[in-house]
This record gives sequence, C-alpha cells and structure tokens, in this order.
Amino acid sequence: MAGTVTPHDAKTLIEQLPILQVLVPFCTAPLIVLIGSRRMAWALAFAAAVISLVISYALLMQVYGGGFISYQLGGWAPPLGIEYRVDAANALVMLLISAIATVTLPFAYESVKDEITSKNHTLFYACFMLCYTGLMGVVITGDAFNVFVFLEISSLSTYVLVAQGAGRDKRALTAAYDYLIMGTIGATFFVIGIGFLFMSTGTLNMADLADRIAEQGTNRTIHAGFAFIVVGMGLKAAMYPLHLWLPKAYTFAPSAVTVFLSATSTKMAIYVILRFMFSIYNPDFIFALNVMFLVFMPLALIAMFSASFVAVFQVNFKRMLAYSSIAQIGYMLLGIAIFNLSGLTGTMVHMFNHGITKALLFMGVGALVLRTGSSFYNNLNGLGRLMPLTVAPIVVGGLSLIGVPGTAGFVSKWMLVQGAFENGWWVVAILIVLSSLLAVVYVWRAIEVLYLTEPAEGAKMAEAPMSMLIPMWILAIACIWFGVATDLPLGAASTAAEVLLSGSFGMVE
Amino acid sequence: MHHHHLILRVVTKLLAGTIILYALYVQFHGDFSPGGGFQAGVIMAVAFILYGIVFGLVAVQQVFPPWLVHKLVALGVLIYAGTGVYAMMLGYEFLDYGAFDPGHPSHGQHNGILAVELGVGVTVTGVMIAIYYAFAGRAPRISDEDW
Repeated sequence: MAGTVTPHDAKTLIEQLPILQVLVPFCTAPLIVLIGSRRMAWALAFAAAVISLVISYALLMQVYGGGFISYQLGGWAPPLGIEYRVDAANALVMLLISAIATVTLPFAYESVKDEITSKNHTLFYACFMLCYTGLMGVVITGDAFNVFVFLEISSLSTYVLVAQGAGRDKRALTAAYDYLIMGTIGATFFVIGIGFLFMSTGTLNMADLADRIAEQGTNRTIHAGFAFIVVGMGLKAAMYPLHLWLPKAYTFAPSAVTVFLSATSTKMAIYVILRFMFSIYNPDFIFALNVMFLVFMPLALIAMFSASFVAVFQVNFKRMLAYSSIAQIGYMLLGIAIFNLSGLTGTMVHMFNHGITKALLFMGVGALVLRTGSSFYNNLNGLGRLMPLTVAPIVVGGLSLIGVPGTAGFVSKWMLVQGAFENGWWVVAILIVLSSLLAVVYVWRAIEVLYLTEPAEGAKMAEAPMSMLIPMWILAIACIWFGVATDLPLGAASTAAEVLLSGSFGMVE
Repeated sequence: MHHHHLILRVVTKLLAGTIILYALYVQFHGDFSPGGGFQAGVIMAVAFILYGIVFGLVAVQQVFPPWLVHKLVALGVLIYAGTGVYAMMLGYEFLDYGAFDPGHPSHGQHNGILAVELGVGVTVTGVMIAIYYAFAGRAPRISDEDW
C-alpha cells in the first residue's frame, strides 16, 4: 500500500555491530585510495583497526558466557539471506585479528617506509585493509559460500601484500606467485566442497546445513565435500604436507605483512576447519572422527617434529620463525584430533597465544631488519648488547614460543597435554613436551647469536624507533600477562570449545 | 602516421559515443532487461579501450588519466557500501533497500538496486580500463629488434 508506513523497529548501534565489524575496514580501503594521501592512509587504517578492536571486544563480551548474535544482511532472513553469526568461538578469533591489526599498524609505519617504495604506500594500506576485511568476514559469517567470497578478498590482497617485498628482494615475486597458485588451488577445493554440500542439502547457511545433514543423514556426496573442504582449508592453514608456500611467503614478504599474516591468516583457516567440522558436521559424526584420528593426528605430530627440526638448521631468523609456525599449526591440529574439551580449548587458546607470540617475534625481526638490513644470523651478532630494548622482547617471545611456565605459550601447551592425558594418550603428551625441546634448540640458537657473540668491531646500532618498540613491548607484556592471568583467553576459549563440541551455534546452556 | 587506418579512425570516433550510450542503457535499464552494472561497466570500458587501441595509449590517457581510473575503482565500491550505510542510518539492516521507501518497500528495493548497480558499473569501468592500461603501458624488456 503506497503511503502507509509499515511499522519497523529501528536498529540500534549495538545491533548493527556485527556488520560494522566488517564494514569499517571495508569502507576504509576505498577511502584511502580516494583521498590518496600517504600520511592520511596510515591514520585512516589505524583508526579503522582501533574501532574494529573496540567492536570485537564488545561482541566478545556479549557472547562470552554463551549464546549467539545473528545479523541478517539486507533484511533477508536466513537460510535464504546471508547471515552473520557471532558466538564465543569466532568472537575470540575476531578479537585476536583486530588486536593484531591494531598493534601491527604502528609497527608498519616505519617498516613500510623503509621496505616499500613510497609510490605504493597508499595502495599498500588499502590492500592491508582489504586483507583485514576478508579475514574478519570469513570469521564472522554464518553462510558457507560467503566464507569463500571473503576468503578470496583476503587471499587476493595477501598475494599483493607479499609481492610488495620485491623492493627489497626480487624473490618475493616468486614467493607471492607460489602462494597464489597454492592458495587458489586451496580456495578451489574449498568451493568444490561447498558445491557438494549444496548439491546434497540445497542450502548454504551453516546452521541450516547442520540441521539438514542431521535430518537426512550423511552420504558419499557429503563425505566428498568434507574431504575437499579440509584439503582446501588445510592449504590455507599450512597443514603439514600442504605447507610449502608458507616459508617462502613469510620470509620474503615485507616485515609488517609477515607480522600480520603469521598471526591471523593461518588462524582464520584453522577456525574455518573447526567451524565446518563441529558446527556443520556433527561432532558425533563418525566419519569426521576418523578423519581426526587417522589424518589430523599423524600429520600434526609430523608437523611438530619435522618443521621444528628444519627450523633448527635455518640460518635466517625470519625463515626459522616461518618453519616454527608450521610446527605450531601442528599443535592446533593436534588439539582438534584430541577431541575433548581440554584439547579443543587448547586449540582455541593456542590460536590466540601463538598469534601474539609470533607477531611479537616477527616484529622483532622486522625491527632488526630496519637497523641492519638483513635477517641472517651472521648479520645479527651481538645485537642484544647494542640494542637491548629491541632485543629483550624477542627473548620474551622466544620463551613463550617454547612454552616456558609464566608465558602465554605454556598455558596452551598445558591444555593440550591435559587433553591428551584425559584421553589416555600419554605418548602424545610426551611427544608434545619433546617437540617443545626442539623449540628450545631453535630459540636458543637465535638468543645465542643475539647475546653471546661478539658484535662487529666498533659497530654502533641505534635502538628501533619508538613506533616499533611500543607495539613490541605491548605484545611482550601480553605474552606474560596471558601466561599469568589466563581468565580472558582461557574463559573465552573454553566457552568456544563448548559451543563447538555441542555442535550447534552458540546453543550452549 | 595520421594517414594510416583512416576508416578505423573514423569508425572509432563514430562508435565511441554510441558504445557509451549503450552502456548507459544497459546500466539503467538493467532492472527490466538483461544487464546491470557489471555488463554496463565492461561496455563502457570498451569505448575507451577501443579508442586507446586505435589512437594510442597517450591519447586515451589524456581523456582518462590513470589516477582518475584508480579513484573511480574506489568510488564505485564506496557508492555500493554507502547505499548500505545509508539504509543503516535509517535504522534498517545493512543493504536493506526497503529503508528507502518504507511506505512501499518494493519501490525502495528498486531504488536501492539502481544505486548499488551504479556503484558496480563505476568500479567495473575503472577496473577494466586499469587492466588495459597495465597491459598496454608495460614496456617490453627486450625491444622487438633485439630478438
């Protein structure tokens, strides 16, 4: 009826938060390009990151004790419309991603100036925001196909970001190209998997998918879809035999990009695997269980040892950390394979803790690269004595990476060991501890170079600039803080694990 | 130089305007006939790419400088997102076009789609031309004579 106004309850800002989480960085990217000023680009990106950090904290607090928030895009009700669905599991991952973006950007200010030609700065920050949008979107959405769309947004911008390292080392181009090929194959597999799911159920909404699979039972098509999704996301997560793109991409990307990617993009992929495995495929689903036991566990254990072993023999600090990342992803997959509340809490909390730890370490390398121009050990001799304030946080990060008690890394490994014991898998528990010993070796090697070797004759090195030191120290304090006061990550992670294990979106009591 | 390809140059000049007009038709008639922002953007870009192929990169970049192309790409995205944000400001969900005409939601949907498609058209035009500039502007590593 023309003229008659249908009653409509105006949405409040709080109700709009889920979409703003994606929209704020998304709108910032084109704004940066339109304004086209180098100084404004950084300021806008940083402002967007801060706003979105506040939003993700607000969202996490709403779902901290359980429950979920649903947001319908365009007012179209799910399952037909696209739905954003926030529960404890993705709220925690969003908090991690936005926190990392907020500390990475101040770090990036000097680092980007040094490593990337000034002509590309505005576009760099625009790309960074797009990548950030993509990661946020993948995590927040409750629509399986929407995951793919956001995955492509983040992946495509990531390839560009990695290639920006070409100003320093041309090999960044081949690294980005390799990543592009592998990432595209991964995304293709993922979308094929979603196609199989759609073929069998006729829906794309995750909650609806879960209902229909539970209703109609499973069949070959759904199994095949699961296999494709796990392999596709495994490629993005650098799950052990699919990790080949990672060391190159992390080594040759600009420092700021490595910091951001190492802490967020693989975690996002692990989250998607968790979401599909537990929320769509019911956890009682015997097929998924077999996959976890027969595929995830052996691969996770191999990753923990072989990647750590390779890391021990690296001569490049940045590359060593990249291999260590592959090993750490092994821990997260192991937590999934352990498949009880402690193990899954371990996975969630390790995503968070390893995110801040690795971001800190890569920032340390970035700061050293800014001053010395290289990340090879033989150029870093004795820097701990020349620039103590810059190198000290690296040590804290190293300790957290090993999992020394009192640091964040300890909490998550402890949860994993506890989970393994609850299953009676004491061999696995011992292997977790043994692989941590390998971490001691590769971290010690870096510390030895930084502190126990003689600096070059008459070398004088300035400390890293304040804009780098402050984010590094914030992360170093966070590493210790979350190792001692474990309430926030552990509480959110165990709610998240309960949500996931209950097999439904936020329906936990 | 200017004596070559007389027919091509004359036909191109005649066609360029028509192509742009057709692009606008596809753009704004997209809700009643096949088409929409995506197709319209490509057709619009074709007018400039054709001009560039016949008259050279320098000539087309005088008409459409590269910096403007980049801004257009960003502007289109902002038009799209801005439409959604406007709906949010009216108290509706993001991209709920019903907000634009609460008394008659289907009219609202109509207007919203037109606004969003305009954004798509602007961005696609920009992207297509940017891709052409990137390929055409690339200097060969080895000049043809040196092979």
